[in-house]
Amino acid sequence: MTGASATKGRQIPDSLTHPATRLLKSWESLLAVVVVVIFVTNSFASPYFLDPWSLSDATYNVTEKLMIAFAMALLIIAGEIDLSVASIIALASTAMGFAVTLGAGTPELVAIGVGVGLICGLFNAVLVTGIGLPSIVVTIGTMSLFRGLSYIVLGDKAYTGYPADFAFFGQGYVWWVFSFELVLVAGLGGVFGVLLHRTNFGRAVYAIGNNPTGALFSGIRVARVKFILFLLTGLMSGIASVCLTSRLGSTRPSIAVGAELEVVTMVVLGGVNILGGSGTIPGVVLAALVMGLVTFGFGLLNVPGIVMSIFIGLLLIGVIALPRLWARLRIQRG
Amino acid sequence: MQASPSDRPVLRLSGISKSFPGVRALSGVSLALYPGEVTALIGENGAGKSTMVKILTGIYQPDAGTIEVDGQVTAFPTAAAEATAGVTAIHQETVLFDELSVAENIFLGHAPRGRFGLIDKAAMVAQARALLARIGANLDPTITLKDLGIANKHLVAIARALSIDARVVVMDEPTAALSYKEIEELYELVERLKAEGKAILFISHKFDEIFRIADRWTVFRDGELVGAGMMNAVDEAQLVQMMVGRPVDQIFPKRQHSLGAPVLTVAGYCHPTEFQDINFTLHMGEILGFYGLVGAGRSEFMQALFGITRPSKGACRIDDRIAVIRSTAQAIAHGIVYVPEDRGRQGAVKGLPIYQNVTLPSLGRTSRHGFLRLAREFALARQYTERLDLRAAALDQDVGLLSGGNQQKVVIAKWLATRPRVIILDEPTKGIDIGSKAAVHAFMAELAAEGLAVIMVSSEIPEVLGMSDRVIVMREGRMVAEFGKAAMSPEALVRAAAGIGERAAA
Amino acid sequence: MSRALKSREALLGLAIMLLIGLIATRFPDFVAPSNLANVFNDTAALIILALAQMVVILTKCIDLSIAATLALCGMVAAMLDVAGVPMAVIVPLAMALGACLGAVNGLLVWKLQIPPIVVTLGTMTIYRGIIFLISGGKWINDQEMSPLFKSLPRMEFLWLPVLSWCAVAVVAIFAVLVGRTPLGRSFFAVGGNAHAAVYTGINVGRTQFAAFVISGALAGLVGYLWVARYAVAYVDIANGFELDVVAACVIGGVSIAGGVGSVGGAVLGALFLGVIKNALPVIGISPFWQMAISGTAIILAIAVNATEGRSRGRVILKSAEHVA
Repeated sequence: MTGASATKGRQIPDSLTHPATRLLKSWESLLAVVVVVIFVTNSFASPYFLDPWSLSDATYNVTEKLMIAFAMALLIIAGEIDLSVASIIALASTAMGFAVTLGAGTPELVAIGVGVGLICGLFNAVLVTGIGLPSIVVTIGTMSLFRGLSYIVLGDKAYTGYPADFAFFGQGYVWWVFSFELVLVAGLGGVFGVLLHRTNFGRAVYAIGNNPTGALFSGIRVARVKFILFLLTGLMSGIASVCLTSRLGSTRPSIAVGAELEVVTMVVLGGVNILGGSGTIPGVVLAALVMGLVTFGFGLLNVPGIVMSIFIGLLLIGVIALPRLWARLRIQRG
Repeated sequence: MQASPSDRPVLRLSGISKSFPGVRALSGVSLALYPGEVTALIGENGAGKSTMVKILTGIYQPDAGTIEVDGQVTAFPTAAAEATAGVTAIHQETVLFDELSVAENIFLGHAPRGRFGLIDKAAMVAQARALLARIGANLDPTITLKDLGIANKHLVAIARALSIDARVVVMDEPTAALSYKEIEELYELVERLKAEGKAILFISHKFDEIFRIADRWTVFRDGELVGAGMMNAVDEAQLVQMMVGRPVDQIFPKRQHSLGAPVLTVAGYCHPTEFQDINFTLHMGEILGFYGLVGAGRSEFMQALFGITRPSKGACRIDDRIAVIRSTAQAIAHGIVYVPEDRGRQGAVKGLPIYQNVTLPSLGRTSRHGFLRLAREFALARQYTERLDLRAAALDQDVGLLSGGNQQKVVIAKWLATRPRVIILDEPTKGIDIGSKAAVHAFMAELAAEGLAVIMVSSEIPEVLGMSDRVIVMREGRMVAEFGKAAMSPEALVRAAAGIGERAAA
Repeated sequence: MSRALKSREALLGLAIMLLIGLIATRFPDFVAPSNLANVFNDTAALIILALAQMVVILTKCIDLSIAATLALCGMVAAMLDVAGVPMAVIVPLAMALGACLGAVNGLLVWKLQIPPIVVTLGTMTIYRGIIFLISGGKWINDQEMSPLFKSLPRMEFLWLPVLSWCAVAVVAIFAVLVGRTPLGRSFFAVGGNAHAAVYTGINVGRTQFAAFVISGALAGLVGYLWVARYAVAYVDIANGFELDVVAACVIGGVSIAGGVGSVGGAVLGALFLGVIKNALPVIGISPFWQMAISGTAIILAIAVNATEGRSRGRVILKSAEHVA
């Protein structure tokens, strides 16, 4: 290396792989192909599939979960997880239902739903980054706690009687077939995509997920970033709760039960490494499309919901197992 | 071999060679261990001692060489066959199970079985108690290992050694983390093991203890055997000479020595458990060496200076202004950066591409309003990686795919890109190949010439001597000596670090 | 296991006693031996599964599919009974099926190194889905089951029903398995220090596989007991029970990071939850409180675990040695 003369001669290129090649070889491209295949198959399988209104209806299968999946993707990339998201939906929804009985109007309800989500996220954040407990157990605990609080309040009853204009968030349309939820989730996707891929914060998320100690030694405020991520996940769960409650028009303590599994599946299917460090927002969006289209297609074919969940479970394990199985086989062949 | 053994060795290794990619750890060394005798293995860090231990305990297989047990050539041991090979090791950080009981740790894998093949707990505890009594350890075999201190964990490891009826016991710096009283107890134990006819390989940097307990010595330097013999025929000075006195095979860059204004002043830095009362002033253009044995508290102090841990007392001034450093981000903002020893964990962020590693602490400069600007990142990364002559295919290559030396260059590039005032290099050339070593040394000289203040933590004496303008020696968390360029000598450094004669030169 | 854990077990035992004592001051009937026996019988399933989950967690894994495995094996047991298969075959078959389901989890963890949480989150839904597929979503009721099938767990034998005796037997077997067999020791070794375990000749993946198989087999046993006791089998039985099981372990001092735990702790953790569950209706609190209470208990327990397990840093200064 000695001296300047030696250094002038060599130049390291930015990249050897053309961006197009990289894009073609990516997990996202594979997902995109899958989306197209399912789309085409479905449109042949059922004449109702291509109807714009039924397609629009189908988006409700994934919109609320996708909102949470955006934040969850960041959290998992940073090496943490939040299993309490579905319970946050339940608690936020219960709080809104309770507020209705006190005569709250729509703006208050939205504030309460979002606010409760944030508070739950804050609670997780303090336990994980403040006290330093493992996120997986903490959120198994809060998963039980948050939904448990809903059960205490509601028991086997339900809140209904939401104001008429509150229905807009889950049932309203912004323009033609584009529902409020669809537009909202698209906007949030843009925000999270930029946040993860185009900002310093996003870079810190990747650095932490790949090597938390190395990130700390590079001057990144690891605890602060994780804290924010838990808050964001709580916030998105609160927003999802507003949408879901508005769509259903009622609150039961069992609302959105098991949704955390679908959110995690969506994130992992989208190519996010469950151990942290890699993943993209477009991947998560494509994964949501796959899951949404399959659900919709099965629905048209009158396949019951629980069979869907088998499919989702297989998908979750399969997307991780197949590449590893493939790698093993290749090694064995030499 | 100069030794004239009075009786046959239990174990004799001859012509052992072992290479790792880019490094020749051992070349044709020999080692003989005799029953009822302690052989001290002496050498600097990187001399090949731990490689030898790993070959003895079957963790590595050598590339060449033979092993003789009782004069019979046999196969080299493997890790799983610890018990059959009859060699057991007691490491600095004991490889035991915290959550199991003392007795279970001693007998894991070869517990006495009772009816139905079940572990006979009563017999196990009784045998453990007997073993512990044999080594004079007053420990309850039923308590959990984690409730013991390091000294007692060593005793458990020794009891385990006895339980598999090991004939050779390797003790790799067993006293590194022990208190004075515990060390005395360990010496007694070594005497007992000798009396039982065990052959003991004792690795230590501390000359007082080598002279206290060893019967024979073997010196390694740079993976080669320098000599071996009886302790009663050698003195400290000769051993130190053999250990450090290398032919001048490493050329260090010549430097025009000109100190600038003081940059960093550390006054009375203390930590409750790791270091105490550290004071020094660092000047622009200076390379300040920190020498000491492994575990002397040097890295711990540097990490406090870098904001990883917080000092309990003391102040730090940059350009005569008090600098409060509570996080790494604050340290970087004050212009203090740290190139860690543990590259894999603390240095490079593997999984991220080279350019992102380089710009990680400089994102504030390359970005606008928190939004990334990739073109600037690539430009910054290129500027510094090319200056360090990084060997990489492309800047978007994963750092994890680079060699150790090149990863180190990425880490250094990362810090230079922050335009620091003070750069701390912790064991900057440990485990990297000779070529990269020279490059790192030349570069340090270049940085100092540009006015950067450099702190270099190193356990390699030639490096300390060749590079530093001044050396501070630490032992057991304290500064014990400081040497100017003229007063530095290998012997003086080793003496101060090992606490020989308690002589503190100025 | 250790003094710290012993004190935790003592603490937990004391807490349970205190809880029972407190209830007894207002509702003396609660401490009647017959009622306490009832509480124990009611907690039997949780005790068995907490022990099963414990060995999995000891090896640094987690089995979230344990309740789904229970439900699937229970449904299969009920269907076999409806088909007229004799009892002597049903129970071993249920356990064997459970072991196979556990083996699927174990193989994915061992051979493909997929994180256990992902594997069992996935198999949890798959196993439940399979119940729907084989049952067509229908319930198997009281009337369809044979009398022996239903009555076996309730048969009294030395003052306790068979269900309770099953729990007692499993506790005894685990005390031996965990404390007295090389496999039991290797669970701790694998979770405590996987690196060192390898050097002691222990196969980490195979040990984890064994833990999953044990967990599955016991879930199979409980599957039969559960379906027989409540005399009904359907898709959603024991839904969410995996959380209670994990809660019992965590409360009992089993560390989710692996390598720490004890049979006594897990049993007491299960009993703690069992007493609360049975006490709530007695003291007039809605059973809907149960979920929030176990959630709180999990969080408190891990917080306590974390403060207990905080490792002391390296001490370099001599003067600091006796302080630390």
